[in-house]
Amino acid sequence: MQEINRAALIKRASELLSDGTADRVLGWKAGEFDYDVTPAVFHSVEELEKDFVWGDFCGANFSKYLIKETQKGDGKVIVFLKPCDTYSFNQLLTEHRFDREKVYAIGIPCDGMLDITKIKSMADGVLSVKSEGDEVEIETLYDGVIKEKRENLLPDRCVHCKSKKHVSYDELMGEDGEVLDSGRFDEVEQIEKMTPDERFAFWQGELSRCIRCNACRDVCPACTCEKCVFDNPDSGVENKAAANSFEDSMFHIIRAFHVAGRCTDCGECSRVCPQHIPLHLLNRKFIKDINSFYGEYQAGETIGSRAPTVNYSQDDIEPSEAVERGGDNA
Amino acid sequence: MIDVKEPLIPKIGVVTDIRIDTPDVKTFRVVTPDGKKAFEHKPGQCAMLSVPGVGEAMFSITSSPTNEEYMEFSIKKCGCVTEWLHSMEVGQQITIRGPYGRPFPVDTEFVGKDMLFIAGGIGLAPLRSVINYCRHYRDRYGKIDIVYGSRSMQDLVDYKEIIDEWANDAGVTVHLTIDREQPEWTGHVGFVPNYVKELGFSPDKIAILCGPPIMIKFTLAGLTELGFEKTQVYTTLELRMKCGIGKCGRCNVGAKYVCKDGPVFRLDELDELPDEY
Amino acid sequence: MRKISIDKLNSLFSAIAENETLYLPVDTKAGAKFEKWHDGAVLSDALNTVRSAKDFFFPQTENLMDFKVDGKNIEIIDTREECEDFVIFGVRACDVKSFEILDRVFLAEPVDSYYKNRREHGVIMSLACTKPHETCFCGTFGIDASSPEGDIVCHMTGDALCMDAKTEKGKALLSRLDSLTEETDGKAVEEQKKVTKERLAKLPLASLSADSFGAGKTEKFFGAPEWKELSQACLGCGTCTFVCPTCQCYDIKDFNTGHGVKRFRCWDSCMYSDFTKMSAGQPRLTQLERFRQRFMHKLVYYPTNNGGLFSCVGCGRCLSKCPIQMNIVKVMKKLGGKEND
Repeated sequence: MQEINRAALIKRASELLSDGTADRVLGWKAGEFDYDVTPAVFHSVEELEKDFVWGDFCGANFSKYLIKETQKGDGKVIVFLKPCDTYSFNQLLTEHRFDREKVYAIGIPCDGMLDITKIKSMADGVLSVKSEGDEVEIETLYDGVIKEKRENLLPDRCVHCKSKKHVSYDELMGEDGEVLDSGRFDEVEQIEKMTPDERFAFWQGELSRCIRCNACRDVCPACTCEKCVFDNPDSGVENKAAANSFEDSMFHIIRAFHVAGRCTDCGECSRVCPQHIPLHLLNRKFIKDINSFYGEYQAGETIGSRAPTVNYSQDDIEPSEAVERGGDNA
Repeated sequence: MIDVKEPLIPKIGVVTDIRIDTPDVKTFRVVTPDGKKAFEHKPGQCAMLSVPGVGEAMFSITSSPTNEEYMEFSIKKCGCVTEWLHSMEVGQQITIRGPYGRPFPVDTEFVGKDMLFIAGGIGLAPLRSVINYCRHYRDRYGKIDIVYGSRSMQDLVDYKEIIDEWANDAGVTVHLTIDREQPEWTGHVGFVPNYVKELGFSPDKIAILCGPPIMIKFTLAGLTELGFEKTQVYTTLELRMKCGIGKCGRCNVGAKYVCKDGPVFRLDELDELPDEY
Repeated sequence: MRKISIDKLNSLFSAIAENETLYLPVDTKAGAKFEKWHDGAVLSDALNTVRSAKDFFFPQTENLMDFKVDGKNIEIIDTREECEDFVIFGVRACDVKSFEILDRVFLAEPVDSYYKNRREHGVIMSLACTKPHETCFCGTFGIDASSPEGDIVCHMTGDALCMDAKTEKGKALLSRLDSLTEETDGKAVEEQKKVTKERLAKLPLASLSADSFGAGKTEKFFGAPEWKELSQACLGCGTCTFVCPTCQCYDIKDFNTGHGVKRFRCWDSCMYSDFTKMSAGQPRLTQLERFRQRFMHKLVYYPTNNGGLFSCVGCGRCLSKCPIQMNIVKVMKKLGGKEND
């Protein structure tokens, strides 16, 4: 259950609309069910009261939407940012992707979202999902009402939440949290322990499901190129579908390289993947390596920080120290 | 092997002649390896040409169906495939499939009518087929007027054919214009839409337009002023195409597929399509 | 009608697989998926597969032909081969209906021989739904989930699988399985249908109506101001089109292998910005136009060209897979006027 409720957010946003601080709100809009909320722009108190929602399925990270939204009109847009969203927000500011002056950012605490896939795997036909403290009540079509502990229904990215602390905002609602040590590299370590053949088989198994819908790229706040290399016919890698199984892997590996050092580990890629490929693990491997080779670095922690991958120093690790040629890490 | 015809599998074409028309337009003559026409077509129809490894693209067939020996394509350099085609030498093989699309109604609605052709730049390419068809069957049609303009004298496609052949035909009047004055140019200077209005055609004829969107837009306004009805005006659309047979979805506008239901549309038909072309 | 006890399903599948390749939905960690049957493979309990069944006839990628290029000369190699016979078990009513929608595109003149080849060699053993989900709305498009179409229509009735052959292909296959199955009167099936129909009537989307859409409604909907709001959060990814059983737009591309050129076809999406992009310009400049195209095609353009048949089957895949949770139901409710308030 979320600490701040819908009414409080609507009240605050309405005040800011009324006093002229901003002229629109980027928020979540109610859908047909509890779980299908859509990012939307609200222009008035009436619109907010009618459709605005805040709850366990408001996972969408709004940072990337600010690039386009801030280019519309002169007024400010109010945006609600969960702690993990604030890192992407900072990273986009670091990369000068939108005008900070056009945004009024409200930090809101988050107790973790719920994973509808996990919920649906428990029951046939989900009619409603309500949180009550640490318990979630799921009303189903054929299995009655199911009660389940909240912690069992969190998406993986929330299980391994890196931070409850907001690193950027104009104002904060509720209490700020702390940076967490939630074992987000545990899975990476398990994959590192595999033999090269096992690791290859693992990733081939995962990536072979890719349908090249590009949802991971299109949702990714680090993927903000005006023209993606995979959409450019002159790049030689532009493909809507892989010509062979190797190319699926290439798409994801190239993308992981492109966002290395800039990926804040927001987990949107894995959230939106229709084939449930754990794409965030590729990014986490880069984050883990950057940490161990160059010292701890969290993209988006501060505005203007330079990732070690784009910041040469004479103390930088030599390639031979990082990777043993032909070895298990190769 | 499957023993049925597959529309997506092309034929081999050999380029037997390449003519440089303008700095960015070349006309390619194509026959099959045994020296024949790849297929028969009607004026206004298109064909898919491809260079394996580079890609396939749709082009209007510039030559008239009455030409029994070969097909011609006037192609402007503006993308991967066209760039490759422009770099070809005579003797190069390409692939060809078609014909695609609905042609101009040359044997029905056009018969017995005075014809007014209006083209801008490379827009002459699809009209050349109709013009030469009408010239071939000269007695089926009334008076023929051709208004053709481009940026400069050097950008007029088929200039030699226009001057040496079309302009000398009885009952054919050619009105050329270029956008800006040039020392060696003695003809009309000005944009096509204005020239059409200046020439003040009587609205008792069929008008066929092809050219850049901006030219089409203003010329249509001019024709309406002159009293032309929408049912008297035809144009041909260009959209991205891949299959040519109304299946891949790319050229879908409203309930129509330009590759199959077009590319030739009468203005009143065009009015029924959503504005997405 | 024939039946077989549920505990003998493996022997049924094994008998089918003796002659033809059999595909059926099995559970994977990423949801249900059609896979080639192997001894012991267990039929998934899931209502539907993550990806639709369209892959069987219109795969995501397929080779169309090869070229050999030698100097100025080109050789075209027709790589088409007669497809092997195969059986797809467990296709739901919505997906079976999607085949008809695809047929009207691919089997219309000029016939797509790649599609036709697979279509002719595939036998569809459909499976009636018993527990439709909250995201199901096949009824909106006149589809009865309790009684699908197909070569052989199958029903799970508690402890048995009942099979009813509807076509020549189906009859031939079912009669081959005679020794394993026994005759049944179909009473249990009727009972099951009744229960399912009651469930279908109670679904949250049961009242969704497509009546305001259909043939000839281009003018009514194309310029609707609602498209702006509906499309504003769209990421422009291809998820909806790729999980959709009826989306069939494709791209044709060449791939140089180093030894020759392969010309292949792959799924494409009208949601992508390069779908209509030409060197000469871009007729659909923003995501609004691309988004609108997808829904106008399903709800207006396709019906206009196909006697009012919609090209949506209400399978609900886009409802669960869209990264921003925008989908055809929301579009229909927003644009459909009073019928859907």
